[in-house]
Amino acid sequence: MTPLLELKNVSRFFGGLAALTDVSFDVRKDEILGLIGPNGAGKTTLFNVVNGFYAPSKGEVFFKGSRISGLKPHRICALGMARTFQVVKPLQRMSVLDNVIASAFLRAKNKAEAEAIATEVLLLTGLNDDRDVISKGLPLGKRKRLEIARALATKPELILLDESFAGLNPTEQNESIEIIRNIKGNSITIMIIEHNMKVIMSISDRIMVLNYGEKIAEGSPDEIRNNPLVIEAYLGETQNA
Amino acid sequence: MKKLAPALIIAALAMLPLIGLNTYLLHILIITIMWSIIGMAWNLLGGFCGQVSFGHAAFFGVGAYTSGILYHKLGLSAWWGMPVSIVVVALFALVIGFICLRLRGPFFALGTLAVGVILRITAENLTGITEGNLGIMIRERTWVDKTWYFYIILTLAVLVFILIKKIIGSKLGYYFVAIREDQDAAESLGIDTTFYKTIALCLSAVITGLAGAFYTSYMGYIDPKVVFALHDISIVVIMVVMVGGVATYWGPIIGSAIMVLLAELIRSIPKLGAAHLTLFGLLLIVIIIFLPNGIIGDIPKLKRLLGFRKSL
Amino acid sequence: MTSVQLEVLLQTIISGIFLGGLYALLAIGMTLIMGVMKIINLAHGELMMVGMYIAYALFSYFQVDPYLSVFIAAPVLFGLGVILQKFLINPVMKVESILPENQVILTVGIGMVLANLATIFFASDYRSTPVSYATKAWYLSDFWKSSPIELSISFPWSVSFLIALLITAILWFFLTKTDLGKSIRATAQDNDAALLMGINVNRMRVITFGLGSSLVGAAGCLFIPIYYLYPDIGGQFTLIAFVITILGGLGSTVGAIVGGLILGIFESLTATYVGMGWAPVGRFIIFIAALIFIPGGIVSLFRKLRFGR
Repeated sequence: MTPLLELKNVSRFFGGLAALTDVSFDVRKDEILGLIGPNGAGKTTLFNVVNGFYAPSKGEVFFKGSRISGLKPHRICALGMARTFQVVKPLQRMSVLDNVIASAFLRAKNKAEAEAIATEVLLLTGLNDDRDVISKGLPLGKRKRLEIARALATKPELILLDESFAGLNPTEQNESIEIIRNIKGNSITIMIIEHNMKVIMSISDRIMVLNYGEKIAEGSPDEIRNNPLVIEAYLGETQNA
Repeated sequence: MKKLAPALIIAALAMLPLIGLNTYLLHILIITIMWSIIGMAWNLLGGFCGQVSFGHAAFFGVGAYTSGILYHKLGLSAWWGMPVSIVVVALFALVIGFICLRLRGPFFALGTLAVGVILRITAENLTGITEGNLGIMIRERTWVDKTWYFYIILTLAVLVFILIKKIIGSKLGYYFVAIREDQDAAESLGIDTTFYKTIALCLSAVITGLAGAFYTSYMGYIDPKVVFALHDISIVVIMVVMVGGVATYWGPIIGSAIMVLLAELIRSIPKLGAAHLTLFGLLLIVIIIFLPNGIIGDIPKLKRLLGFRKSL
Repeated sequence: MTSVQLEVLLQTIISGIFLGGLYALLAIGMTLIMGVMKIINLAHGELMMVGMYIAYALFSYFQVDPYLSVFIAAPVLFGLGVILQKFLINPVMKVESILPENQVILTVGIGMVLANLATIFFASDYRSTPVSYATKAWYLSDFWKSSPIELSISFPWSVSFLIALLITAILWFFLTKTDLGKSIRATAQDNDAALLMGINVNRMRVITFGLGSSLVGAAGCLFIPIYYLYPDIGGQFTLIAFVITILGGLGSTVGAIVGGLILGIFESLTATYVGMGWAPVGRFIIFIAALIFIPGGIVSLFRKLRFGR
């Protein structure tokens, strides 16, 4: 079976600096793939390459068996891949509902249908009570969830979550874990960047580790936990910090 | 009541000529309505879609010259300019969009500004087609009385108002606002930002061009310095929207009334005429600092300020 | 190519280089402001117009040579820039509004007021400073008797060009060798990092706006022996500065110099071979070509060469 997403020897340079070097991996249907690595390891750059904000300098990206590297983000989104941003980007002066309606229009024929999709997604992400709040006024935890809701409203097959847990308190984290399990339950494949080890170990089926733009490990949470390269990469970071 | 307000205002406006306004007042009304149309057009692109244009004179001028050239070169009635300008201006907007829409924010603004200046210089130099700085004179006026001009521009304004309201409530409107709020987020949510910005630009340009085509028939004379004017058109339309209220339905209308009346007021005071740009500039500065979202957009703020004064 | 054609071509290129040097000075001020404050100053040309009127007034009332007025116009414009930045632009940068372009529109308003005030004080007549050396020129045959072709170089053009070069060199020294200059460059590169390094970013903004204004004021003094002056002259120079900034690369001083020279030469060529009236169109063709083909400006081409990709 072809993997849902496949990267072949992807590199990305900025000026003379390599942010990603020769990264290859695949995401299988219906799994949760965790992506971890120290700060500046190239995780967000990888998302930007996958979702089309940057074209890879070298290598290719395949989604559902067809080549998507070089396509613009909106085309990739229309093919069934959505993402959230680490630095949340809500449409500030729109209400929560309107935010989600705007992205639901991708699959909806008219406004009623878009609103129906939006309501469904808001219920799934627990934001329905805040639907009329202007999104600028939302607390961070809910803004992070709004990011997820907006991505879901485009009815993706694969969703890329960029640090959806950062800055959340333990209660909010548990809520978000629940939401992510629900998303998986709707047979949406997930790739997630996360710093919180406890969270990532508990929800991921597999984990991939980046360091200095290179893939240094890939495997089950248990394998990653005991991988000497990974331990070194993280210990190196704590020593610096 | 709120739903009826637009209908009542239109009905009241439509009755006005019947009570026998003098020519001057009717002229002021016509100009105000024309500026509301240009303001609504600019607001669609700038206010709702977030693409601030400094070059709307380009579209106004192309519309005006479409009428002028049809009359002058082909011997047709200048009124044909209105339907024909839709096509001509839309094509212009496509080309301009192709060049300028790859720029973001202030750089788009300056790109459009440059386009406006290029068109003015081109119109000044292509004397074979535009008669250059001599301008084009429409010698046979359709009506001496201004009443019909008034009804034509009022109808156009009503249609534009309804069109914009429909657009903003639809998928297009959601996409425009999404692009204004965050272009990267919009793009990643499956919105083809270049395509939708081009649509916003074309719609805005065509509406502005229609106003330009009307201007030729109404004023009976155009030249490049007037219809491609940077300050007197491109900047004034920004002021109309900024004063009235960015991204509001009524903002451009209120703004246009204030700006036209202000211009007339300044003109009527003998010594002040020369300083009209200073006063406009100061007004713009004051509005940007104190009411950055315009009179309609900052109604809550205005109320608070006025209420505060009363309680003193 | 006949020798007459060659003469015309060389003459055109020389005046293009002179014009380009002055353009570069004009654009450096804008690019500095753009780099540090991330705003476009659309009153830039109007500030130059103010500099020109200062030189004009000093010449007409006190017979001060326009080139000496640089020493007066530059500090005056520095002060004007500081006031504009502190009391108008800075407050607007903090105001929350739907359109972030408010700052740009604000500078348009400032430009309108300046141009209109000039009209009120000096009327919209064309002015000039009839200096004794206005029509003086150097001829190639004076230096090289047997020269096969004849070239002439206008005296005021060449002096203005040399002073522009000198000011640019001083500025370069200031930006690269002094602490204040380095702080300005750091702020331009990364606002937040500069803040963390303990640089007073707000003060850098005020100083940069003042510096940019004083540069363009100096440029005004260099232009007045060559150009006629009228209140609305500013707008076209704002556009020129902006076109050069896009062509050279936003915020890049080197880009502004190279871009200025390219634009100067190109305009000069259009004026000679297509027609005077079309020179501004040539300017915008360059602008559009730059937008489409080199979106990062000339500096981005340099960088690509350096890194080989």
